[in-house]
Amino acid sequence: MIETSFFQEYVLLLTGVLIALTILVATYRAGIGPGVFNRVVAVNVIGTKTVVLLVVIGYFFERPYFFDLSLLYALLNFIGTLIFAKYLERGEIWSR
Amino acid sequence: MVEIIGILVAIVTIFIALGVFFMITGVIGLIRFPDFYTRLHATGKCDTLGEILIIAGLLIYHVFIYSPGADITVQLVPVKLLFLIIFILLTNPVGTHALMKAGYTTGVKPWKVGNERM
Repeated sequence: MIETSFFQEYVLLLTGVLIALTILVATYRAGIGPGVFNRVVAVNVIGTKTVVLLVVIGYFFERPYFFDLSLLYALLNFIGTLIFAKYLERGEIWSR
Repeated sequence: MVEIIGILVAIVTIFIALGVFFMITGVIGLIRFPDFYTRLHATGKCDTLGEILIIAGLLIYHVFIYSPGADITVQLVPVKLLFLIIFILLTNPVGTHALMKAGYTTGVKPWKVGNERM
């Protein structure tokens, strides 16, 4: 079985590094993706992965304030994606 | 007692490993698939499942293993993680649906067999 100190030191570190690598690969799609829709999809994926990365960082460094940051970032990412989709669909943000 | 904690840590590690596997699979789909719709199909489900698995594993870790002490900000962390799970489960499919509806309305062509990759 696995020791708690091993989990605290290595498993959380490996998880954070792997999530950061997936963010890097998604950044490649955001850079080259043809058209604005592929870029918006890649930025949405980066935002939802950053939420989990903030939770893992909060357990790795034992700072409980990172969870508040994570909740706030989830809200901002959702609102940003919805507004961007609405703007791409209608050509305007304000609707009467 | 020590063996029970070891088994619980192993369960948490399995949860986190499954979540990271699903997230890596979604990103490979984002890179390799030929089309806007197929890329949304890959990332919309894999990301939701992977993130929920990782946060659920850390929730089990906090409730059963982690010793919080008397600090109220640390004791409130599982509630925040539960809110985060519910929020991701509600909002991530809504965002995917909004993006796909925007792409379909403005006329993004789907990929067919024989076309070149977009």
